[in-house]
Amino acid sequence: MKRALPIVILIVVVTVVLIVVGLSGSSRYRQTVGIASGTALPGFSEDPSTPEKALANLMIDIQRRNWERAYSNIERTSDSLTEQAFREQWIGTNGGLRSFSSLERYEARPLHATDADAEMRVRLHWATPVGPVEDVRDFHLVHRGEVWKIVWNEIPAPNLPAQIVPVNYLRWDLVSGNASEEWGSHNVDAPHVRIVSMNAVDTGQGAVVMGEVVNEDTVPAFVNVGATLVDASGNAIDDENSFDKILHVLLPRQVSPYRIDFPKISLSKVKNVRMDTKATLVPASSDPVIGVMNQKLDTDAQGHTVLHGELFNESGQVVNIPHVIASFYDNTGKVVWVSDGYVEQALLPQASEPFAVEIPQSLAGKVHNFHVVVNQYSLQKS
Amino acid sequence: MKLLAVTAAVALCLMGVGYSQNVELRAPSEAIAGVPASIATTGSGSATFYLQGPAISVKRQVELGQGVSLTSKELQSAGRYVAVVCSDSCADTTFFVSPAKPSSIAFLVHPSRAPVAHNDIISGVALPFDEFHNLVLEPVPIQFQLTAKAGVPTTHNSPTRDGIAWFRTSSGKSAGPLQVMASINEITAKRVVQQVASEACRLRIKGQRTPKGIVVETEPVRDCSGNPVPDGTIVTFTAKSGNQISFVDAPVKQDVARATMTAKGPVVLSAASGVAMGNEIQIGD
Repeated sequence: MKRALPIVILIVVVTVVLIVVGLSGSSRYRQTVGIASGTALPGFSEDPSTPEKALANLMIDIQRRNWERAYSNIERTSDSLTEQAFREQWIGTNGGLRSFSSLERYEARPLHATDADAEMRVRLHWATPVGPVEDVRDFHLVHRGEVWKIVWNEIPAPNLPAQIVPVNYLRWDLVSGNASEEWGSHNVDAPHVRIVSMNAVDTGQGAVVMGEVVNEDTVPAFVNVGATLVDASGNAIDDENSFDKILHVLLPRQVSPYRIDFPKISLSKVKNVRMDTKATLVPASSDPVIGVMNQKLDTDAQGHTVLHGELFNESGQVVNIPHVIASFYDNTGKVVWVSDGYVEQALLPQASEPFAVEIPQSLAGKVHNFHVVVNQYSLQKS
Repeated sequence: MKLLAVTAAVALCLMGVGYSQNVELRAPSEAIAGVPASIATTGSGSATFYLQGPAISVKRQVELGQGVSLTSKELQSAGRYVAVVCSDSCADTTFFVSPAKPSSIAFLVHPSRAPVAHNDIISGVALPFDEFHNLVLEPVPIQFQLTAKAGVPTTHNSPTRDGIAWFRTSSGKSAGPLQVMASINEITAKRVVQQVASEACRLRIKGQRTPKGIVVETEPVRDCSGNPVPDGTIVTFTAKSGNQISFVDAPVKQDVARATMTAKGPVVLSAASGVAMGNEIQIGD
């Protein structure tokens, strides 16, 4: 017993030392030179004696939702920024996608640094209900005494003034007969929808089938597009559907892009593609109308080609999670790519919200025109 | 289970029929669904009677030399019946039960919504059935009558062939309900086809700058026959300002589609719906 005690004490001490070393150095030893990264794992906050450490502290506070400390470590440029407004810029409001997201990890890269100030670019990886979402932000930091502070120059969105928005929108209800009705007396045909274009391409991640579908009927339709890849011997290789990469409820004469992904499948194995469009009658509403304003193809700070613009909510209803789907055409009018993206902030009535969707670099030169539709998810409707 | 047992019994009896024929059966010459009938028998003594039809199987004791009465319920289904009677030996006969008079019409009309001014787009199929839901195969004259809103009814007579009659016709030029009726004497079946406007024919837009943006709207949107397009039809407004483009997909409400564009500076506005393109207008600062 006397001989065992020092060994137990030694094991305990070594274990504690290893835990401390592991936690304090978890982010430091994994990083690439010049790139700081972090995860949601708890670590130790360090003194913000360098821009990297100041930024890391902010990210850790955001991950832990420690708003009070995060707010105390920034330098405000506007008195209108309150802690509440700062918090809402990170966690969103009005049931937007950001309200349901959490910061999973980040990667920070210095852009420029002097003794007095620094620029850092951070790639934020958010975990959201619709999948991982990446966000890139640039932070400006200044040296104040012994510490570095993040300059927060984002002006909070102005509060929406109280108002009454008159809405006179269209709504379609569905009345179905019951089984006791005479055969054929209450038949209502399914809406007539048609695929107006289809294109299949190979990408690094697999095959993609995309195009556009139109509701040719006079009633709203719930539409889903599926595709089956068939090999040379006539056997089905895989079948998938458009899932959320389509505007499911199409009003009369409305056109929606669709995109169907076949991960890890090369088109070289595919002889034929069988398309399948399903359309059903659904109750629907034409509200809200969302305008897609000031769209422009541009190159972002990372050198990617993006289509950016603003969504403008013309109705009096909050759109909690706007979803943008864009089709891109070449100079012959052929759909060469379909891209989509969720807008993280809720779209308030009579207000605008920016959006951006990316185009693969290999296709950027081919894009001649584009068309954007907006899918919307509202908590009131679900 | 009962049907299986009787069927097995009938099959066994039929196997034995070839060896002895002391008893004879005489089937009714013209059996009609739902009308009682009788099968005459010869011989004497009691025997077991089996009847197997399209939807019925019966087994009962009968006296030979007397007629075997078949009730209206036993003969409700049209089709081929097999009657077998067995005592020392078995005898059998087959007969057909015809459908009764038509009492209802199954009437299918397609489509439920038809764009105006399309050739042969509306079709209808009528099948006469008797009161026991037997398809009437005898030729029956069916009258199809089509009545558009505020229009003169048009009729088309067609006898059924093998229990079916059909028509095909073009849609009219005016949107609205088209009542389609199939009738056999006083038996009628009514359906309604909604004739709807075709694609927008031409679009004219106008716009003006307001403090909230540019309010742009169409003149009443109509198809090439002059019918207003249905409410909800999407009109896509486009505003081009330099190298920036704005879109709004706006639904037609009471013949007019309207949207607000937030584009700044001088803009060129246009609109499209389906294959119809609208005029372009320019609005300055």
